[in-house]
Amino acid sequence: MSGAALVLHQFRFDQKVFWRNGVAVFFTAALPLIFLIGLATVFKNREISGLDVKGATYYVPAILSLAVISATMVKLGTNLPAEREAGQLKRVRGTPLPPATFIAGRVGNSLVITLIMVVLIAVIGRLLYGVHIPTHTMPAMLVTLAVGAISFSCLGFALAALIPTADAAPAVTNATVLPLYFLSGVFIPQNEIPDGVLNFADAFPIRHFFEAMFTAWDPNTTGAGFEFGHLAVVAAWGLLGLAIAIRFFRWEPRQ
Amino acid sequence: MAEPVISVKGLRKSYDGLEAVRGIDLEVDAGEIFAFLGPNGAGKTTTVEILEGYRPRNEGEVSVLGVDPQSADRGWRQRVGFVLQESRLVPELTPRETLEQYAGYYASPRDVDETARLVGLAEKADVRTAKLSGGQQRRLDVALALIGDPELLFLDEPTTGFDPSARRQAWDVIAGLRGLGKTVFLTTHYMDEAQALADRVAIISAGRIVATGSPEELGGDREARTEISFRLPSGTVSADLPDAVRDGARIDAAAVSLSVDDPVPVLSELTSWATQRGVGLPGLQVRRPSLEDVYLELTEGAGVDGAGEDRA
Repeated sequence: MSGAALVLHQFRFDQKVFWRNGVAVFFTAALPLIFLIGLATVFKNREISGLDVKGATYYVPAILSLAVISATMVKLGTNLPAEREAGQLKRVRGTPLPPATFIAGRVGNSLVITLIMVVLIAVIGRLLYGVHIPTHTMPAMLVTLAVGAISFSCLGFALAALIPTADAAPAVTNATVLPLYFLSGVFIPQNEIPDGVLNFADAFPIRHFFEAMFTAWDPNTTGAGFEFGHLAVVAAWGLLGLAIAIRFFRWEPRQ
Repeated sequence: MAEPVISVKGLRKSYDGLEAVRGIDLEVDAGEIFAFLGPNGAGKTTTVEILEGYRPRNEGEVSVLGVDPQSADRGWRQRVGFVLQESRLVPELTPRETLEQYAGYYASPRDVDETARLVGLAEKADVRTAKLSGGQQRRLDVALALIGDPELLFLDEPTTGFDPSARRQAWDVIAGLRGLGKTVFLTTHYMDEAQALADRVAIISAGRIVATGSPEELGGDREARTEISFRLPSGTVSADLPDAVRDGARIDAAAVSLSVDDPVPVLSELTSWATQRGVGLPGLQVRRPSLEDVYLELTEGAGVDGAGEDRA
């Protein structure tokens, strides 16, 4: 099989495994939709002061950011240590499958789940809450999505490299993202969050990703909506993750 | 003579100053089923993982299919198959799907259905692997190691933890590999497994090879003596026994056992004695030492110093 065909081959099985695993589908695909419907319904008409948008318009890019992070960093950071501990990664490593192809299959799998989530969230936002779908900011939305999904995938491999055991994986990944969702305005509108907290959250990539995503979805955005400053921070975190993954990622269980 | 498939000279490996493998030499020829037998912690898994290319070594020369596994590439991995000691299957996939996935990794894979049949999984080919028994999962492990049609197969403790019937089935599959002309390197801590499957056996103890040979030779090398045992018939005491039996016998209450080079004259004396007295010889047994006895004798007390106990 040629390189591209082999990536596609690997990706096909990764997709099959994902959709057959009820727990994975619930946490990665269903839970963000439940958050979206819950939050958008409760805060539908609330004005988010300072941003000049309604609650539903705020929560669509917020939950979309969460969905991207769930499908990439959380999913990879949770699954890979479990597969390593089960000796599954070691078995794959003993075949002629190039490691890069395995990684490309996994990242491709996360990207496709991400795209499906974008479509679902956009459609639910539009149909249930009348949230405007980006038009002139669509290129900015897609670039933000691509930068975010790839950077958070790198961070997923970095987490998988640093997490020692399968047991620790869900705890560490969730302890990493959940507080940052709250501090970054993903769950609580940012006008309710003190400046000091937002400044703290600015040290991490989640808030920057959400800010860039929000601009792309904000109907008040006048220009093309590219937030290059925020995207640069997200990409820098992605590169750090990549460096950690290259240095520390292991295919074999700990002895 | 053809070059050996595996050649190891002076192999050494230590972890944190503890030597798990202390200078091993071995050769495995094409088409052989070679068993690497030893107790847990003797250095078996360390050695096999060095041969598989998973671990670096400290010293020695290693050649597997003419390549140093430490610098093995994709081309080399096309030619070997591994059954790892511990590697779970993907529970969401069926055996057929798992085999199809792995077949895609190799340049010229075997046929998926034929390989499933070979390991006796044809009827379970479309059941999720999570629903397979331990023995069936292990047979799928073997099928996955075979799917690339390798020249050489490593099986690391393929039946550990199995019930007797699952072990039998796994043995049938492994014995069947001989017909495919594969070279098999098998590690095990079961003597009967080595005896049932292997053309040649190397016994490793505390990081060193202590014996090599065919299972029959290993038994014979020990100047095999015959063990005779029975219980004293009621109404007799040990002093009543003929001299030829009593000399050198171990007598523990009514249990008598003795070890002799030639059992025929001793048995003749013993049975005539019993016949004359009109008594039976309860529990009479005459046996030659098995590979198991040899193995226990050779590995006795090994591993006490704990070299590589945790890692190997």
